Amino acid sequence: MTVAIIDYGSGNLRSAAKAFERVAAEKTMRTRVVVTAEADEIARAERIVLPGVGAFADCLAGLDSLPGVRAALEEVVINAGRPFLGICVGMQLMARSGHENGSHRGLGWVEGEVIALPKGTLKVPHMGWNELVIRQRHPILKGIKNGKDFYFVHSYHLRCEDEREILASTEYGGSICAVVGRENMIGTQFHPEKSQVTGLKFISNFLSWRP
Amino acid sequence: MNNTLKTRIIPCLDVNDGRVVKGVNFVNLVDAGDPVEQASVYDSAGADELCFLDITASSDRRDIILDVVARTADACFMPLTVGGGVRSINDIRKLLMAGADKVTINTAAVREPALVTAASEKFGAQCIVVSIDAKACGSGRWQVFTHGGREVTGLDVLDWARRMATLGAGEILLTSMDRDGTKAGFDLALTRAVADSVTVPVIASGGAGNLDHLVEAARDGHASAVLAASIFHFGTYSVGQAKTHMRKAGLSVRL
Repeated sequence: MTVAIIDYGSGNLRSAAKAFERVAAEKTMRTRVVVTAEADEIARAERIVLPGVGAFADCLAGLDSLPGVRAALEEVVINAGRPFLGICVGMQLMARSGHENGSHRGLGWVEGEVIALPKGTLKVPHMGWNELVIRQRHPILKGIKNGKDFYFVHSYHLRCEDEREILASTEYGGSICAVVGRENMIGTQFHPEKSQVTGLKFISNFLSWRP
Repeated sequence: MNNTLKTRIIPCLDVNDGRVVKGVNFVNLVDAGDPVEQASVYDSAGADELCFLDITASSDRRDIILDVVARTADACFMPLTVGGGVRSINDIRKLLMAGADKVTINTAAVREPALVTAASEKFGAQCIVVSIDAKACGSGRWQVFTHGGREVTGLDVLDWARRMATLGAGEILLTSMDRDGTKAGFDLALTRAVADSVTVPVIASGGAGNLDHLVEAARDGHASAVLAASIFHFGTYSVGQAKTHMRKAGLSVRL
């Protein structure tokens, strides 16, 4: 199996790649993890991971600067229905629109928009370990107990319009979507590759998942 | 307010020429000076993040830390902050590309505040930590120092912290130079004054000597995280003990 981690210039993908490699090795899965910016390689991959660090519009622009990548993503994720995982801003890009530094159209794969975290007494960015509140049963959450902590770092969040697509949330001045799921697509606001053993379990579930 | 975010415990390792200067003294370590091995120990112990402070003096040996960061990121799937001698966008880029999740800027932010904005716009505020070394100067006032506390800047710590957050810092690492190394506890008035002045998270540093000090930094100092070196390195307390103690005191920690 080939897992493609899309490299569109959004920071370092080494730890994400290493986390997938570690999990694949532990599962004794014959898995090749490629960090790639090539449309062909994405089109051939069995699983796709879209990471993302930074601002919504910058990430989108980075993605669109790669020839054919957006089209390849649409083809493998929407048409071919292969398992897809968006991480942090990679998850936010799945939304219809994002409102960080102006309003921008997203990939439009899930119904919802990306808005600033509620202003109040809480610190922004929402940075650190926070508890997962599991809202729906899903294979991606198999073996992960309600209340387990994952590592978050973000100032904007995905407001889902369809409650059924919120697989898990976390509490930070209100309920924040932590895992969104629709058909063959999963998005996490937290960083599974930075969430130690629990994060590796989540990645393991993604590698085994057959939507 | 609904909030289940945990108070973070962040062990800090001083690294010189790629070697840990003062580190955990566990008997089962193959090489106690290896930062990667030390990092793995803290990873297994449940530390919430790790911090490397590169104290390598000679500039032509500064790239050694990049290899250390890369090897740590390959082995530990937890957040890693790296600081010490960060002067330019290129320094930040190299550290992030090596595998650091966050980079701390100290002296360079004072010399060139625009660097914080440029870095934040380029890499995102979430990975730009401004490190502030503070010394008391009269009641309820603190000044910013640089160069490891040797040079006074004349800047007021509260003004500076607010300015840094406005310019794009995603977090403030606040060290009390008065308390650093004393084990007398964090400067709670300082920590609280800064934490209450900025909207970004504040990491308290300098002075941790026992587990009550960690509790006080979060509860009374309003810190989002506590950074400690010697209380963990010398095996006085484990990260697990620290967390159990903090939970007993009513703080929310990740166990």
